[in-house]
Amino acid sequence: MRLVSHVLLLVLMLASHHAAAVVETYEFANAVDQRRYQALIEELRCPKCQNQNLAGSDAPIAEDLRNEVYRLINSGSSDQEILQYMLDRYGDFVLYRPRFTLETLALWLGPGVLVLLGLGIWWRLSRADSKALAAQSLSADEQKNLDDLLEQQGGD
Amino acid sequence: MARLKLFIPLIIFIALALLFFGVETRVSDGEYDPKELPSARIGKAFPDFALPGLLSGDTVTPSLFQGKVSIVNVWATWCPTCLYEHPFLVDLARRGEVSVFGINYKDSSDKARRWLLDKGNPFEVNIVDSAGKLGLDLGVTGAPETFVVDRQGVIHMRYQGGLDEAIWQARFVPLITRLKSEAGQ
Repeated sequence: MRLVSHVLLLVLMLASHHAAAVVETYEFANAVDQRRYQALIEELRCPKCQNQNLAGSDAPIAEDLRNEVYRLINSGSSDQEILQYMLDRYGDFVLYRPRFTLETLALWLGPGVLVLLGLGIWWRLSRADSKALAAQSLSADEQKNLDDLLEQQGGD
Repeated sequence: MARLKLFIPLIIFIALALLFFGVETRVSDGEYDPKELPSARIGKAFPDFALPGLLSGDTVTPSLFQGKVSIVNVWATWCPTCLYEHPFLVDLARRGEVSVFGINYKDSSDKARRWLLDKGNPFEVNIVDSAGKLGLDLGVTGAPETFVVDRQGVIHMRYQGGLDEAIWQARFVPLITRLKSEAGQ
């Protein structure tokens, strides 16, 4: 039962950013353009906000940029051209998946480096543990002494 | 050696505490703003425009910036921080260190003219950008923002937020002095 409620909570949390999306009435020529618009405003980040996409932000600048995306789609620009248009004005910040450049290198490779570092530390520690275990095992003589002692105890 | 290892968490804690304290001090001193966005327009020519001037109504273009080191201030009457920085701009224009231009961003021109009449006009020319199109081309995210433009019309800096004397001295004066010394005044 608890598991069910936890799963439900997780689903609701994941769904919430869609629920927060701003509702605007733009008319599109076809369903494909509508989907492109939706995908672009999900992908583009509001430059005034720290962590909201264009779809989720009430900021005036987000409204302007949504309007601009709509205008560019209707004027026949490709997705790539629209992203480049935004990039020219607002830089890599505007993309939730920034391009792979020298400046964004740490952003892309950082997590991988940290995982490797963690694995390295884990490997070192587990090796130290097994060494310590090996050092604790008894030599043949010691084992014999121990067995004798145990036998004496058992004999009493 | 083993004893020394015991201190590793403490050492990490102290290092992080010093780091956070340093960053926090710089934030509160206004030297570093984590929300500041690097402008994609630095080092590029001022975007092309042909828009009316606020007072004259004549069409103005980027040729406005040719031959002088200038600042271009994006402002509007609906923006509270613009009200805060206005007296500084008036003072700056009076000192004549740089040419001061304005972009009246997504505003009513009537209200803007009244504002300049009431509070003084620091701007040589005000570019009327009522649709916000020039603002968009500049990568403006709100008002006020201030751009530094060199004699060739290339953007060298963008500052987001209200200006005052301390910020001017710390952030603008070194750059403007350098731009002025390049190729003589």
